[in-house]
Amino acid sequence: MAHAQTDYYVPHGSHWPIVGSIGLFTTAVGAAMFLNDKFGPWMLYAGLAIIIFMMFGWFGTVINESLSGMYNQQVDHSFRQGMMWFIFSEVMFFAAFFGVLFYARNLSVPWLLGMGSGLTTHEVLWSGYNQAWPTNGPADVGGDFHPMGAWGIPALNTLLLLSSGVTITLAHWALKSGERKKLVMWLAATVLLGATFLGFQAYEYIHAYHEMNLTLHTGIYGSTFFMLTGFHGLHVTIGTIMLLVILLRCMKGHFSADEHFGFEAVAWYWHFVDVVWLGLFIFVYVL
Amino acid sequence: MSSATAIHDAHDDHGPSKGIMRWITTTNHKDIGTLYLIFALIMFMIGGAMAMIIRAELFQPGMQLVDPAFFNQMTTVHALVMIFGGVMPAFTGLANWLIPMMIGAPDMALPRMNNWSFWILPFAFTMLLSTLFMNGGGPAAGWTMYPPLVLQTGDAFPFMILSIHMMGISSIMGSINVIVTIMNMRAPGMTLMKMPLFVWTWLITAYLLIATMPVLAGAVTMLLTDKFFGTSFFSAAGGGDPVLYQHVFWFFGHPEVYILILPAFGIISQIIPTFARKPLFGYSSMVYATASIAFLSFIVWAHHMFTVGMPTAGELFFMYATMMIAVPTGVKVFNWVSTMWRGSMTFETPMLFAIAFVFLFTIGGFSGLMLAIAPADFQYHDTYFVVAHFHYVLVSGAVFSIMAAAYYWMPKWTGHMYDEKLGKIHFWLSAISMNVLFFPQHFLGLAGMPRRIPDYSVQFTGFNQISSIGGFVFGLSQVLFCYIVYKTIKGGQPATDNVWEGAHGLEWTLPSPPPYHSFIEAPAVK
Repeated sequence: MAHAQTDYYVPHGSHWPIVGSIGLFTTAVGAAMFLNDKFGPWMLYAGLAIIIFMMFGWFGTVINESLSGMYNQQVDHSFRQGMMWFIFSEVMFFAAFFGVLFYARNLSVPWLLGMGSGLTTHEVLWSGYNQAWPTNGPADVGGDFHPMGAWGIPALNTLLLLSSGVTITLAHWALKSGERKKLVMWLAATVLLGATFLGFQAYEYIHAYHEMNLTLHTGIYGSTFFMLTGFHGLHVTIGTIMLLVILLRCMKGHFSADEHFGFEAVAWYWHFVDVVWLGLFIFVYVL
Repeated sequence: MSSATAIHDAHDDHGPSKGIMRWITTTNHKDIGTLYLIFALIMFMIGGAMAMIIRAELFQPGMQLVDPAFFNQMTTVHALVMIFGGVMPAFTGLANWLIPMMIGAPDMALPRMNNWSFWILPFAFTMLLSTLFMNGGGPAAGWTMYPPLVLQTGDAFPFMILSIHMMGISSIMGSINVIVTIMNMRAPGMTLMKMPLFVWTWLITAYLLIATMPVLAGAVTMLLTDKFFGTSFFSAAGGGDPVLYQHVFWFFGHPEVYILILPAFGIISQIIPTFARKPLFGYSSMVYATASIAFLSFIVWAHHMFTVGMPTAGELFFMYATMMIAVPTGVKVFNWVSTMWRGSMTFETPMLFAIAFVFLFTIGGFSGLMLAIAPADFQYHDTYFVVAHFHYVLVSGAVFSIMAAAYYWMPKWTGHMYDEKLGKIHFWLSAISMNVLFFPQHFLGLAGMPRRIPDYSVQFTGFNQISSIGGFVFGLSQVLFCYIVYKTIKGGQPATDNVWEGAHGLEWTLPSPPPYHSFIEAPAVK
């Protein structure tokens, strides 16, 4: 490895991608058959198990390669840029659902109410309909419901996620100054805050379903509410698992003050989840 | 050139592993490029067979060969297979083969992920194609999957949605790899504005893919929850709106059509200078034009929806924004023509396809301009005029550029020259039959023949028969293409390193075929 360019690590053949493909395929076919009521969910679970197995193996390989110093700075740049573009794709995924929320609130529901060019439609089809946002539509889909307020659990959850953004930054500073104990402490605090957020959200959902008759079936309000907060919750779950893995790695002594891309990638992801939540809090809960 | 070659040979110590596992576990950009290209060719033939069924049914008015439900499945699955299985993987295959060689990189930046990007596809298309044999048949609501019609799909429904998710995952990973490779792996001296245009167009395409595939994922996810989990996104009864789906879909769908053509622009911009023996006219304007097209592609989506009901201000905005795309596209066509102006031109097969591209793509561009006029579109919408338009840009545009690329770089990839005589026969058969196939469809559309209908009024018979005959000839010509590819892989006159007299660029400094690992040592770019 005498030449600078030779140092760019190009791995030899890997069987993890094909395991991942089989996992994805099994998951997708299992889910589709489950939705068609053709088959129990076991194939879906088997697929997910294969994907988890693949992730253990693949990430394990990468961690070992990283620890044995096979990655130079250029490889590190590739990982960073790759993670940034992945997060950008996630941003666009959420953008689609935010777009739906804006469209429903500002265009399609007002049209149903007879505004703009919707007057005849309103008179002919939905003349009795006068319920502005939050609404479950002219057919009262899902029945009477209570909309979710902003200043109980959601506000608390905002506080939790914002604090977790602070704690992960404190953990990062500790890592950079080589204070391993502080690092582990702040990182554990971040995991705890994430898990608490999820616990509150689960409570909120149960409350919505049982006390407020607010469900996925509650017209466009319920659809956008649960789709946005649900996908966000899923991402918080994934983020929390990622944080947990990083915490375990920190406890094992991985990462140095200079080289800790794995840590930073998870931190970026966590901040992304945080920012999405702020959007949710404003547009789904407050406004 | 020769010194670079010597170093490769010295470092070429680990070749590919043996047997089938080479292809399944490979992390090599050339192997993965080959896999993508072969996969694309197979999908092109499968999608083509579906087109043959469509044209056979439309040979005469009345119902002949297939029942209407199956006809609709053919139009739907033909489109999905050609777009996601044919053109996109073919371009990704070309990107894999060429980008590392063009920018002087040892491989793609993330080689394992590169493998995964490819190996998701065969599974995704197994899922999609298997729907044709399910209860209720395959998806039949058109590739755009508009609700509420698409929600009537039978057992195929969740399979279709989830296979699209898998294709999306594959595309996003592939695009991340392309961007990171271009941004991080260029040889010293290869500044952005020195990159070959194929690399530039792919960089911008990859950006479009990362920005839009997640939106498609969101759109089809909402279809899935509307059908199975009781949401009301696209149901007015619950306060939703079926038109909302069309907005979300086309926010993906319009950039998608540029995803299908920008790499073609790159290919043509590589080929024309070679055979005109002149540098590309207006290199930097080509780069800026590509970027402008990409930007505009995000603000024109509703021109697919002029007739669905939109405020007048919306119709006007989307009309003018769409027409604006003609400006950067015009810059491109002007530059290609100017490159040829007073060049020492020769007309080998890749150049023939490239020149046909410039002519025929421009026809597709002009009919697009007609469709952009909102009041006129009320007449053209959902007629065969639209079918003619997008087949001019996708067949004589995207597909011809892929054919051109295959002939142009195959000698480099395989080390063998293709059979020039057969190549020329393939070109003339394709170019003529393509026009016989699609030109009459303009007339059919203007006369009012709707698309996606298996039957038609008798006055449309003549043009439909001409079109079908063109279709059959075009289909058969592609069998010849498969034979030419096979023959070139198997043998043929050895290709020189430079292959083409006027070819410039790093890939031509490598031997033909290039060693398994190219540019382990970064070449110097002046």
